[in-house]
Amino acid sequence: MIRRIACMAALIGATSASVASADAPTSVDEAVTTFTLNNGMDVVVVEDHRAPVVQHMVWYRVGSADEPAGVSGIAHFLEHLMFKGTDTLEPGELSATVAANGGRDNAFTSYDYTAYFQRVAADRLELMMQMESDRMRNLRLTQEDVDTERDVILEERAQRTDNNPRSLFGEQMNASQFLNHRYGVPIIGWRHEMEELDMDDALSFYSDHYAPNNAILVISGDVTPENVRTLAEQYYGVIPANPDVTARSRPQEPPHNTARRLVFKDARVAQPYVHRSYLAPERDPGDQEKAAALFLLAKLLGGGQTSYMTTKLQFEDQTAVWTGAFYNGTALDDTSFDVIIVPAEGVTLQQAEDAMDQVLADYVAKGVDQEELDRIKLQLRASQIYARDNVDGIASRYGRGLTSGLTVQDVQDWPDILQAVTGDEIIAAAREVLQLDSSVTGWLMRDDEVTQ
Amino acid sequence: MTRVKALLVAVAAVFIALPAWAEVKIKEVTSPGGITAWLVEDHSIPFTALELRFRGGTSVDDPEKRGAINLMTGLLEEGSGDLESQDYARALENLAASFTYDAQSDAISVSTRFLTENRDQAMDLLRTTLMQPRFDQSALDRVRAQVISGLKSDAKDPGAIAGRTFAEAAYDGHPYETDGKGTIDSVTALTREDMFAAHKAVFARDRLYVGAVGDITAEDLGALLDTLLGDLPETGAPLPVQADLDIPAGITVIDYDTPQSTVLFGQEGMERDHEDFFPAYILNHILGGGSFESRLMTEVREKRGLTYGVYSYLVPKDYAALYMGSVASSNDKVAEAIEVVQDEWRKLATEGVTAEELEAAKTFLTGAYPLRFDGNGPIASIMVGMQMQDLPIDYIATRNDKVNAVTLDDIKRVAADLLDPDGLHFVVVGKPQGLETTTN
Repeated sequence: MIRRIACMAALIGATSASVASADAPTSVDEAVTTFTLNNGMDVVVVEDHRAPVVQHMVWYRVGSADEPAGVSGIAHFLEHLMFKGTDTLEPGELSATVAANGGRDNAFTSYDYTAYFQRVAADRLELMMQMESDRMRNLRLTQEDVDTERDVILEERAQRTDNNPRSLFGEQMNASQFLNHRYGVPIIGWRHEMEELDMDDALSFYSDHYAPNNAILVISGDVTPENVRTLAEQYYGVIPANPDVTARSRPQEPPHNTARRLVFKDARVAQPYVHRSYLAPERDPGDQEKAAALFLLAKLLGGGQTSYMTTKLQFEDQTAVWTGAFYNGTALDDTSFDVIIVPAEGVTLQQAEDAMDQVLADYVAKGVDQEELDRIKLQLRASQIYARDNVDGIASRYGRGLTSGLTVQDVQDWPDILQAVTGDEIIAAAREVLQLDSSVTGWLMRDDEVTQ
Repeated sequence: MTRVKALLVAVAAVFIALPAWAEVKIKEVTSPGGITAWLVEDHSIPFTALELRFRGGTSVDDPEKRGAINLMTGLLEEGSGDLESQDYARALENLAASFTYDAQSDAISVSTRFLTENRDQAMDLLRTTLMQPRFDQSALDRVRAQVISGLKSDAKDPGAIAGRTFAEAAYDGHPYETDGKGTIDSVTALTREDMFAAHKAVFARDRLYVGAVGDITAEDLGALLDTLLGDLPETGAPLPVQADLDIPAGITVIDYDTPQSTVLFGQEGMERDHEDFFPAYILNHILGGGSFESRLMTEVREKRGLTYGVYSYLVPKDYAALYMGSVASSNDKVAEAIEVVQDEWRKLATEGVTAEELEAAKTFLTGAYPLRFDGNGPIASIMVGMQMQDLPIDYIATRNDKVNAVTLDDIKRVAADLLDPDGLHFVVVGKPQGLETTTN
């Protein structure tokens, strides 16, 4: 079943298609085709024939939030170990072969997904599929591989987290925000558990989750869906589905009924700031309207030079040197809505927090300025045009969406859903989400500072 | 094991037939007013990426006003003509165009993209941005506070501390010696008049380079360039002179209480226009050029687990050439990491590389080259870089031949000349065990 997305080139090509007008195209021709192999492996193809380049990605529907208790970091550790070897590939040979073909490869792990990719000349796609499908089921590890690579991930943690007070602070914020869900555990893992990760942990995580019916093949670039289908059936289609892979079901958050606060002090902090996070709903299949409202709320509050927090706190009151609002709705489970204020010289963290709370309260009371909302929607429409210059970016959007519980239809509906959101819906979402009872407020401080 | 070999043979067989890459067709466009640009026309998406670069960058700062050019660049998006900061931002947002600015030590970059349907309005706004900046005092004070906040963060960032320490040691008396962002004191003292002076120092015809990619014809681009840039003054502040490098050999430890040491290392490098640049480029790829297969990655990370990443890179700046590298390793392991780096440096200097390594490097570098041209913005940026390096307009078509022409003997000769294992200067920021400062 090849489902080809209707081409809207006519709309885009028309000179009358002004992004500034209300009837402008809200979606662009993404040249996307999707289908599913017999063993349950989903395939997404994004065509761009401007250059003979292809990006080959396999996204697994498993991330750090799917780890068993006690082995934090195993999803990411396994991602590293996947480069070690199979029955037919020596350790490091996959990357070396990609390089020998003029390509680059890497992988990444998040809470909800683990993905592997190569970017290479389009006529090397078959070789990429041959090697990637091989390590989907034939991983072979030695004790030495495991021991050395454990040192590497510990150094990675040192570099990303232990050496950076902002990262350590963020880790504590997350751990405080999520009372029961694994989003509260860092993707890279807690150091004391990382030190104990062993080969059995890696291989059991591998056999539990790495299977075609738990994976999505995402190809972008100079390919045709027909060719991708032929190769995908040959290399991935022959791998039996694993019937033990079931829908993900993680411990969910209980009701949050008290505001949490934390103060993180570290001598390495140069610029203190206040970070507030609120528990927030994510994009759900067939039900993305509230997430769309929160996405726009983040833009309106803290999305740039003309946003409300910036206007009030940086231009008018000059309480802050910087402010921002963030919402990442592409997640499998409840996520967070975050605001940050970096106080101006001479402003205390308490004054900054109070000013931020006042601004948030004022915004909810005042309502959305229609002109501001229209301008953001216009930019989102234009971003659909610019996005066509980067099909790998479009491919990643599908990879993230499909590993976060969304369907292809949901990913494609998202731009239109954003365009349809009203100011009232945004304020309703703000009232629901910006609740102190489900929030964490963190102060990042130098360790010689007093809190009052 | 035989299956491994079979695969390698299959791979080797396809080396021969590298694909015919889509040609990047660059045209040189000279406007009626005499401004030159390189253009790649591609009408498949209705927008254009336009890249402007002004040579000199923050290095043409008045030494007494260090940081002025960086701050001035930060103020370009804070209003122009009749539009104050937020009105300006709204006007830009209403066009759905993007103008971004970057102040580096060799150039100020203005990277833009704009839709075909409102190209004229977008270029009007860009014109006033560059020609009629406001530099309002309120904006100056606000952006200054952000710059100072960044400088305070840099003062506690191990990577920034290492970079500053290395530059101070290497570039005595040259603008490269100090951070283009200035110091807290110098930035605090900057005035509105300094912003206008910095603006005048940077934006001039004699140091301008232009690249455009996308939905625009040569004729339209020519007219656009005259409207946009025709009123630029002929010249600006004097460009810097060549730096006298004096890099002390040995280790400098900067005591900093953090669990992992951050290391920056380097020695003298090679100019981009040197006849041996390609052998040097290939030998760097083999030594530490960023792939998982480099010698440094293999020895420091894959075999010993001493780091998450170790890299080396040629740094051919406009007025100095360095060969640098970086690694981060826990305080109890960093001494070993540095020893391995120095050993690998020495080994390559004395023994060169193997035929297999050279072949693998060539195949990678020639195969990866076309992958860079992956979007209107990146291509515009690459074209401007080519012009600044004085490369010919057909360079892209000949570049892989230059890589393929390098021989094992070339590498051996250049490695012996270039690599100076005992001359390497290591700056170590952290609490490294078993390491002490050995430089003066």
